[in-house]
Amino acid sequence: MAKRGVRIRIQGLTHRYSARSALTFERVEVEAQAGEALAIIGRSGCGKSTLLHIVAGLLRPTHGSVRLDDTLVEGPSPRWVMMFQAPHLFPWMQVAQNVGIGLRFAHRPKDEIRRRVADAIRLVELQEFADANVQDLSGGQQQRVALARSLVMEPELLLLDEPFSALDAFTRAALQRDVRSIVKRLGINMVIVTHDIDEAVLMSERALIMAGRPGKIFHDIPIDLNGPRERQDPAVQDMRARLMKAFEEATRLQPGDSDDEAPVRTGAESRPGNIAKTVVATGNLGPTRA
Amino acid sequence: MIGVAAPAGSLTSLCQRVFGVRRLTCGILGLLAFAALWELGTMLLGLNPATRTFVTFGPIPTFKSVPFLWQTDRIQDAVVASGYRIGMGMLLAVIFGVPIGILMGLSKRFRELSNSGFQFLRMISPLSWMPLAVIMYPDWNQAIIFLIAIAAVWPVIFATAAGLAKVDPNWFKVARNLGANPVHMISLVILPAIAFDVFTGIRLALGVAWIVLVPAELLGVTSGLGYAIRDARDTLSYNHLTVMVLVIGIIGWFLDGICVALITRYSWRHRVAG
Ligand SMILES: Nc1ncnc2c1ncn2[C@@H]1O[C@H](COP(=O)(O)OP(=O)(O)OP(=O)(O)O)[C@@H](O)[C@H]1O
Ligand SMILES: [Mg+2]
Repeated sequence: MAKRGVRIRIQGLTHRYSARSALTFERVEVEAQAGEALAIIGRSGCGKSTLLHIVAGLLRPTHGSVRLDDTLVEGPSPRWVMMFQAPHLFPWMQVAQNVGIGLRFAHRPKDEIRRRVADAIRLVELQEFADANVQDLSGGQQQRVALARSLVMEPELLLLDEPFSALDAFTRAALQRDVRSIVKRLGINMVIVTHDIDEAVLMSERALIMAGRPGKIFHDIPIDLNGPRERQDPAVQDMRARLMKAFEEATRLQPGDSDDEAPVRTGAESRPGNIAKTVVATGNLGPTRA
Repeated sequence: MIGVAAPAGSLTSLCQRVFGVRRLTCGILGLLAFAALWELGTMLLGLNPATRTFVTFGPIPTFKSVPFLWQTDRIQDAVVASGYRIGMGMLLAVIFGVPIGILMGLSKRFRELSNSGFQFLRMISPLSWMPLAVIMYPDWNQAIIFLIAIAAVWPVIFATAAGLAKVDPNWFKVARNLGANPVHMISLVILPAIAFDVFTGIRLALGVAWIVLVPAELLGVTSGLGYAIRDARDTLSYNHLTVMVLVIGIIGWFLDGICVALITRYSWRHRVAG
């Protein structure tokens, strides 16, 4: 399964769901090197899933483009595969059949499918469950099947949309570690959307902080930690605090995110009486707020 | 039961055996009770001089005439002729009903356009198409197949559409994400997802078709179970008539059993509760 990642180039990406609705996000620019793992953090509703669906080719953007190496993303492809918040397995198929479905779509020969499915199932450590009915698996096991179903395609880019948020803390921690190690071992790119800052620190090399309405990327913070990442590690804790601060700053600059007052972009534009926001927007980025 | 030291495996198999035997016994007892009522009814007919000629309706004359009807191929011929009509009618109902049902389930526009018309057509008794069918098809066989198809198509259409309405749209997204083309979407996602509902619709349709078949065969044709019943009535061989009625019941029951087996085979929902 050895494969290298892709260079990601997202340029001028702007999206609105319909001509009448407001912009979901505006002029999003992202570049990533082959093999890099990105995390996108942001409040609910800021457009993270929309962005990921566009990168996966499941949604066409209003403006802008996504390029993976030199390929323009215009639709889904086995080269870039998305994994969703819920497993959405096909209940009429067993585990192995679910894992192999993408290869069947790609008309691969039967013995190749069998071999690659067995590899993928081993990768997520579900060997004993290969012939199980997916409805008999736990939530975490089902999400592992969904992961194997994505990995079996040998994608160059794995897109994860809050893949562990429905799981309990222990399963989540185990899967975060496993997915990172698998992705690193295969050398592929990963983009993970999350609103869990710990998850971003534990799993990625860069965190993009998205906020506002329409959404924008406010910060692009490298997470340069060496070695295995443990939650209690002081370096991890430091990183976490930095991200938290950047996140709060970004969301405070965008009041539309936390309440429904008119957006305040600069101090000059703010209305009288909106003192707290004006102070924040003019650069007082103190760590606490009433 | 707690004190029983027998291994769990043999205990469950014992339970199953007892339970299975009980079900079989119940079935046989039920049939015997039915036969007794039948005999009782025949005896009542015999008591009344006005209805005495009808005593050959009884179970004993009926069973006595089975070997004759079998050896002269009358049962087989009637079953083959009716089976062909039912088979062709059901085939047409499925060929038209499943795609129309899928279209209804997938396209809101089509659903809105077609729904009131279909509901209207559905409520027309299938037999009221008879004169039209006779005009449209010079051949009686075709007319009967048309009647069966038009009676059976509605349950297939509506069950298919209802099945599709329950399909999780995320399955389509997952399939698209993994590179499914429209043909895959139908053959590997939609059809397995709704097979249970389609077979449930076919089961209902078969019931309706079987009901429509006999009256349709009472007219025009000279073969089939309905014809055999009319012929028996005309020749006053009531014992033959009851044989044919029994054959209709047994075959209907058997076909329904096949549908139930298919429904069970293709049902994946029964596990969801667990
Ligand atoms: N199919 C759709 N049609 C119209 N508007 C949509 C659609 N999907 C999402 N939106 C809107 O676009 C905005 C961004 O949604 P999106 O799902 O991308 O947010 P998100 O950042 O992923 O949120 P969450 O963290 O809750 O998943 C929201 O305001 C949402 O209401
Ligand atoms: Mg989302």
